[in-house]
Amino acid sequence: MIVKIKTLKQLFQRNRRPGNLFFAGVFLALALFLLVQIPHQTVWKSGAKWSAQPALWPAISIVGMTLFASLNWTSAFVSPKIAGRWKEISFWLLSLEYVAWFMVYVALVPKAGYLPTTIVFAVLLAMRTGYRTKKMLVCAALTAVVVVVVFKAFLQVKVPGGQVYEYLPDALRSFMLTYL
Amino acid sequence: MEDLVSAFGLLARWDVLLALMIGSIGGVIIGAIPGVGAAVAIAILLPATFSLDPLVGLTMLLGIYGSSMYGGSIPAILINTPGTAVNALTTYDGYPMTQRGDSRRAVSLAYSASFFGGVVGILCLILLSPALAWIAPHFGSREIFLAALLGIVLVVLAHRGQIFAAGMLASFGIFLGTIGLEPIQYTQRFTFGQTWLSSGVDLIVVVLGLFALSQAFLLLVEKDSSPQAQPLTGSLFSGLKELFQHKRVASAASGFGVVMGMIPGVGEFTAQFMSYTYAQKTSDKPELFGKGSPEGLIASEAANNAVPAAAMIPLLALGVPGEALTAMMLSVFYVHNVIPGPQLFQNQMDFVLALYVAMLVLNVMVLIFLLFSTNLLTKIIQIPTRFLGIVILTLSFVGVYSLRNSATDCAIAAGFGVLGLILKRLNLPVVPIVLGMVLGGIMETKLRSAMARVKEPLDFIDRPIAAFLFITILIVIALHIRTMINEHKKRMPDEDHELHDTQLR
Repeated sequence: MIVKIKTLKQLFQRNRRPGNLFFAGVFLALALFLLVQIPHQTVWKSGAKWSAQPALWPAISIVGMTLFASLNWTSAFVSPKIAGRWKEISFWLLSLEYVAWFMVYVALVPKAGYLPTTIVFAVLLAMRTGYRTKKMLVCAALTAVVVVVVFKAFLQVKVPGGQVYEYLPDALRSFMLTYL
Repeated sequence: MEDLVSAFGLLARWDVLLALMIGSIGGVIIGAIPGVGAAVAIAILLPATFSLDPLVGLTMLLGIYGSSMYGGSIPAILINTPGTAVNALTTYDGYPMTQRGDSRRAVSLAYSASFFGGVVGILCLILLSPALAWIAPHFGSREIFLAALLGIVLVVLAHRGQIFAAGMLASFGIFLGTIGLEPIQYTQRFTFGQTWLSSGVDLIVVVLGLFALSQAFLLLVEKDSSPQAQPLTGSLFSGLKELFQHKRVASAASGFGVVMGMIPGVGEFTAQFMSYTYAQKTSDKPELFGKGSPEGLIASEAANNAVPAAAMIPLLALGVPGEALTAMMLSVFYVHNVIPGPQLFQNQMDFVLALYVAMLVLNVMVLIFLLFSTNLLTKIIQIPTRFLGIVILTLSFVGVYSLRNSATDCAIAAGFGVLGLILKRLNLPVVPIVLGMVLGGIMETKLRSAMARVKEPLDFIDRPIAAFLFITILIVIALHIRTMINEHKKRMPDEDHELHDTQLR
């Protein structure tokens, strides 16, 4: 819903969403954990000026995090409860499946090669997300080819050639290692 | 004059012009697709630009930055869905015009207003250059520290209703920037004995996670949809003529865009609000605002397009970025050892002017492209959202992995992707984390070097610019507290809205 903005307050206002209290709690816990760790994870050098102390900026930032996270959690805690917290958290957790897809893709590229892995990844992910028509699967494969050609062949970004390319004939191997 | 000739010389290369064309046309297309903003595109392309000449890389990124808002107005007007976050206000008057059969006129006016705003912004930047070149060398370490501090304060205070969350996330960003081996005393900070944390958390890995991967995860998990837009018939040139009937509104809106763009942490939303309010208050037909007023549409589009050029001012003159996109561009400067700041204006004025001219050219390119290809873009808008998620995920891999071929970087980016998804779902801002990382690093370095010459605390603000910045910080905080008290006394009801919808970035 977009409402008509009439005041500066309305312009900058962002209202809370379900899951806000949970997130505020997790963030506060992280800030408190980091706060406790300051003496163990930073050094205060004797003789050095305060402005050159290695611990200064981690301390400033973590104290700031803790202060604001406490206020944020308190504000979320005293506000009316918004229905749908666990449904929202389950939505966040659903994204972990695609994190797994991404990490498997990352692990396979150096082994199976950038081009073949990207084509297989795009087509399988298209099927997983509900696209079954030949047109969409071909589009996914073509997109993969275009991405690889633009970035590896033209822009020459640093993505290593796959280990499987070693089994290819000499001429094709060097082409694949350089461009695909 | 010599610098200007030299600037044209720098630009008159096929690779720079090609980069400008790819950036500007690519930016329009990206902006037109709801769910992908300039931030996603710039984050993905950043590592690829590192291997390019600095001017080539920067013109490509500037092209995307300056042109995405043009494209974003198309779905805002035709299907009531802003292409980028800053086109939200365009839906107020653009979509009602479409509903009454004036879609061609609305799109044409939006293009003309965007062009006007963009050009005015750049002209102001060019005219201000001598003043910037004069004032920039007066910024020493303490002034730059205070400017960065002002940026952090403003970016936190700009998130009204979510100030605690914005402060928490900005502090988190500053903390992320401190992780790893610090370069002065060579001690480890928050590495927990892990070698992969010794080199710190890379800004680009965080940016790719927060902007690109998070958007991919979001689109993949959400229900699939495919926006439908009707094609336009007739010429789009009429808006240029109509704009001249509203030149007062267009000029004022561009002026607001320039002023607000220069101030770190403020940007498009405030500029649009001020120009829209001004346009409504001074209009002969204020009742039409929100119901399809051409003036409202012009106020929104001219203001947001004037911001990119102005946002380059703190970046180029001081090396202090005011928002996420210029923060990302800062890393391109650093990679090529071009340090933005006072020295850049003194020693490489031709480079700075070349960037200005490139921005001017990109606005012309975009306008010409749009006048002839809007109907093609209405087809591109129809890409199904989950398919878009697959494309972004594939592109994000290149962005992260090509940095240093590290699976650890990819895992960190994926972690930030999930964090970004949560923040977007909660409609919490992502930008304070990025600005915290960048400005935190600047503040640490500049405070250390400034304090070497400071004996008494008051010495820190004994120079005019430092004193001015310090007083500005105090005034900004005091004004904010006063406004909060006044609004609390009036008991103004809160109204939820999605003008800042983080999911659109």
